[in-house]
Amino acid sequence: MLYIKCPHCGMRPQIEFSYGGDASVKRPELNKEISDQEWDDFVYNRKSLRGKHLELWQHISGCRQWIKVERDTATHEIFNTFKADEGVV
Amino acid sequence: MSQDFRLESVGLINRDKKLSFKFNGKKYFGYEGDTLASALLANGVHLVGRSFKYHRPRGFFGAGVDEPYAIVQLYRNNETEPNIKATEQELFEGLEAKSVNCWPSVNFDIGAINNFLKIFLPAGFYYKTFMWPKSFWYRIYEPFIRKAAGLGVASTKHDKERYEHKYEYCDLLIAGSGPSGLSSAYAAAKNGAKVILAEDKPRFGGSLLTDDVNIGNQSGKDWAEGIITELKTMPNVVVKNRSQIFGYYDHNMLVMSEKVSDHLPKTKKYHPNKRLWYIRAKEVLISSGSIERPIVFGNNDTPGVMLSSAAKEYLKVYGVLVGKNPLIFTNNDSGYETAIEFQKHGVKPVILDSRKNPESEIIDEAKSLGINIKNSYVVVAAQGYKKVKSADIASISDDKKQLGKIENIKCDCICVSGFWTPSIHLASQSGNKTKFKEEIDAFVPGVSKQQETTLGAANGVFSLEETLQTSFAKGSEISKKITKNDNEVSIPNVVEKKSSQHDKFWCVPLPAGKHYKRFLDFQNDVAVSDIEIALREGYRSIEHVKRYTTLGMATDQGKTSNLNGLQLVSEIENKVVPAVGHTTFRPPYTPISIGAIVGREVGKHSKPTRKSPIHAWHEKNNAVFVDAGVWLRPRYYKRGNENLFEGSKREAKNVRTNVGVCDVTTLGKIDIKGPDAAELLNRVYTNAWLKLPVGKARYGVMLREDGIVMDDGTTTRISENHYHMTTTTAQAANVLSHLEYYLQLVWPELNVNVVSTTEQWAGAAIAGPKSRNVLQKLFPNLDVSNEGLPFMGYMEGDLFGVKARIFRISFSGELAYEVNVESDNGNFMWEKIMEVGEEFKIQPYGTEALSTLRIEMGHVAGSELDGRTIPYDNALEGLVSKKKDFIGKRSLQRVAFTADDRQRVVGVVPLDKKTSIPEGSHLVKDANAPLPNPKLGHISASCWSVEYDNPFSLAILKDGKNMIGKKLFVMSPLKNKVIPVEIVSSHYVDPKGERVRS
Repeated sequence: MLYIKCPHCGMRPQIEFSYGGDASVKRPELNKEISDQEWDDFVYNRKSLRGKHLELWQHISGCRQWIKVERDTATHEIFNTFKADEGVV
Repeated sequence: MSQDFRLESVGLINRDKKLSFKFNGKKYFGYEGDTLASALLANGVHLVGRSFKYHRPRGFFGAGVDEPYAIVQLYRNNETEPNIKATEQELFEGLEAKSVNCWPSVNFDIGAINNFLKIFLPAGFYYKTFMWPKSFWYRIYEPFIRKAAGLGVASTKHDKERYEHKYEYCDLLIAGSGPSGLSSAYAAAKNGAKVILAEDKPRFGGSLLTDDVNIGNQSGKDWAEGIITELKTMPNVVVKNRSQIFGYYDHNMLVMSEKVSDHLPKTKKYHPNKRLWYIRAKEVLISSGSIERPIVFGNNDTPGVMLSSAAKEYLKVYGVLVGKNPLIFTNNDSGYETAIEFQKHGVKPVILDSRKNPESEIIDEAKSLGINIKNSYVVVAAQGYKKVKSADIASISDDKKQLGKIENIKCDCICVSGFWTPSIHLASQSGNKTKFKEEIDAFVPGVSKQQETTLGAANGVFSLEETLQTSFAKGSEISKKITKNDNEVSIPNVVEKKSSQHDKFWCVPLPAGKHYKRFLDFQNDVAVSDIEIALREGYRSIEHVKRYTTLGMATDQGKTSNLNGLQLVSEIENKVVPAVGHTTFRPPYTPISIGAIVGREVGKHSKPTRKSPIHAWHEKNNAVFVDAGVWLRPRYYKRGNENLFEGSKREAKNVRTNVGVCDVTTLGKIDIKGPDAAELLNRVYTNAWLKLPVGKARYGVMLREDGIVMDDGTTTRISENHYHMTTTTAQAANVLSHLEYYLQLVWPELNVNVVSTTEQWAGAAIAGPKSRNVLQKLFPNLDVSNEGLPFMGYMEGDLFGVKARIFRISFSGELAYEVNVESDNGNFMWEKIMEVGEEFKIQPYGTEALSTLRIEMGHVAGSELDGRTIPYDNALEGLVSKKKDFIGKRSLQRVAFTADDRQRVVGVVPLDKKTSIPEGSHLVKDANAPLPNPKLGHISASCWSVEYDNPFSLAILKDGKNMIGKKLFVMSPLKNKVIPVEIVSSHYVDPKGERVRS
């Protein structure tokens, strides 16, 4: 079980969090023309990479904040965690 | 029966407490502090079971966790548990155990015929034999294998024992209470670190209980006792015996199984049977020690052949002689230590040492005691079927390839020592890449992957002095880093006898013309010949060899077999052992009962149960409850002998004709506040929200980004910047996360706060033509007329002194209101509604009537909004704004979503107006078409229409828009039903929606 540092609450066990997918995905702006390909990339297409991955987690049984976690998908090593509005990389 | 093999006044057992127990129906006696194994051996019982594949007689090989085959079925307090190691099961009064894997009895086992057919049961036998013909698999092979396999029978009864889970945090977790564990725990504890010290055995001390050593001028055992006693008094230390750390997981999370009650005849009241500890440790010190390695020789699985360390433990801890005429077969000094103990207690052992001319203090002591030592001698084969009777021995050449003349000597046990294998399982599980240490012919932990350090014998250090020095130092060093304290602890002086270099010899060659089975893996019946076959057949990777032959698999995880297996592969392949590598060690290290893993989450505790504040009233009024997610909701209120169908029909009918009341507390409620609240709703819902006036409610549908409907519900504008959103019961949590996601990550510029208020409000839906009369009685001072409180209107009122929110919204399709009060007043509100409603014939209605009402009205719910449908499919396209953008809108342009023949919700009525339609049935054009019959749609919800008194269903049907009036067939192969039906509008009752506005 992972041990995740919530930037708001501190070290907490994984059971307090829920996973939210790739954090590098940017939602297209509202009311903007967008191609089918771009939209598909946003909704469906993910890299599913091995190695360092920036991902979203929500501290669902804690402060309920969405946070960003930089994690190695192969080793589960967590390099860093960020608040939702913090710049990353 | 007397305990013929018990020594007087030796051992750590409590001779004042005699215990009786039964093995295979026969009564025996032992003492408190015995294991089942030691008690049986004291009674001279060596035959415990039959082997897995060949059904060969099996006895005791180890004295603890190292035991590969003394596995029994245990009976305790009218329960039974399989897969219990007799060497680990402590004796209690009235214990009963039986042998496994034998029929009709352990003495006469029909399956032993496999032993004579063993030429037909080589490695990969199952793979080779049971492959064809294919049709035989289910009927013949699988049942046969299932019957033949397994080491015990699981109980089919409900387990009455309780199991607990515990979460713990510590600075240092120390696995094992031998010399290394005790030293490091003591040093760390002195620095004020929070320490957990875990020992799998009942007694602390590990090898100090059996080794003849001296620490700080006391015996090792006394020193251990002193340390433990002191540790137990320290508030920062938790000391646990009977506790096995069996798994090392991510981020220094380790799991430990504590046997709280297994040593007692019956679990004490309020005590668990086992407690599973999830421990998050800053640092882990692995002091798991080492396990003695066997030397491989012919018939080395015969009862009476055992590890020399086990024989020593039985003698020193339990006062039990495993034999009175022992033969010791060793390649190192450990065998001598066992022999010395025998000799000291009046038994004359013979030592066979594969080494030519070893010299050490230990050997000198053995010689001075007059023990018969034969150098360059080996056991070729054990003789005897159910028990060792003699041994074929021979001298061996210096290159260990040639045997001398075979002689037979009488003996009643063979104690074997092939040196020691560090227990590196936990280190390996942590991700540590192990390395091979040539001096000890074994793997030891390499570079740490997590915060773990392996010490002592587990790290391949067999000198007590060195172990103590490194363990004290490590305990101090690591704890100092954490606590910043630096309290010096003096390391006691150690007196131990120096030993000589072991012999790399591990397997006795077969004498010419002999075909003895020489076992490597005792639990899985894997012999030298099996590995040879696997390699001959082309298996190379050690992982493949393992799976093909089953070497090192199952509960044993290769504790005694791993290294010898690797030695064999390396010899045949002409590689060095490290090049062969070892297989992956997997948790659990020892078998853990499923009950412990499940913990308290069984039966109704497998998930939380949420109850509305009106629950007690429902119970009192004969509600039959149904699970709605984690909520318990009344399904119907049973009157007399009514069944579900009759009761729900009555309730629904009463709503249509009079008035009903339904507990809707479970609906998700989200409070939304802030100047940008309207903007948020406008982006989240498909319809327009910017112009909703204060005091009005609106129905809304929200989508996922992929265009699929996520949830629906009403949201009410309570005041300028304050909205009250309702969600479905099931989606409440997801919708909140969804809103938080967009507010925190996508549109942080929106000034809005959302919070769940599901628990804060109790809700009652009052529905039916007479609902306004009830409402007026509840709020006599309010104008609740159609003008005063129109459809989708909202007002606040005083309900007999209680603040209430009143919404004019309807799920039933009737004139209806929803009243919310603070949860604590929920029951008060409900009772008032029932009280004032009595004159209008009010009845409570449950979820079944609720469904009936919404289905015949054509209101979509969870069964249509099933995560596969878009707004159009639910006839909700009118709510999809063309002007503004919202979550998921772009996806609605997908080709499939705009197809002319897109699926759509429709109503379904059986032609005979009688036959109920099973939910989940398929709609087809031709009931007699050849399979696979093309499916046009499926029945999503069914009810008995109380308006028309006939069955009615909703369906999601391909090209539903153009199917109204068409005749199709409903097919349910599960219920074996074919029903001719007509497709009608989904709005079966009051299609114009006049009632809700009346």
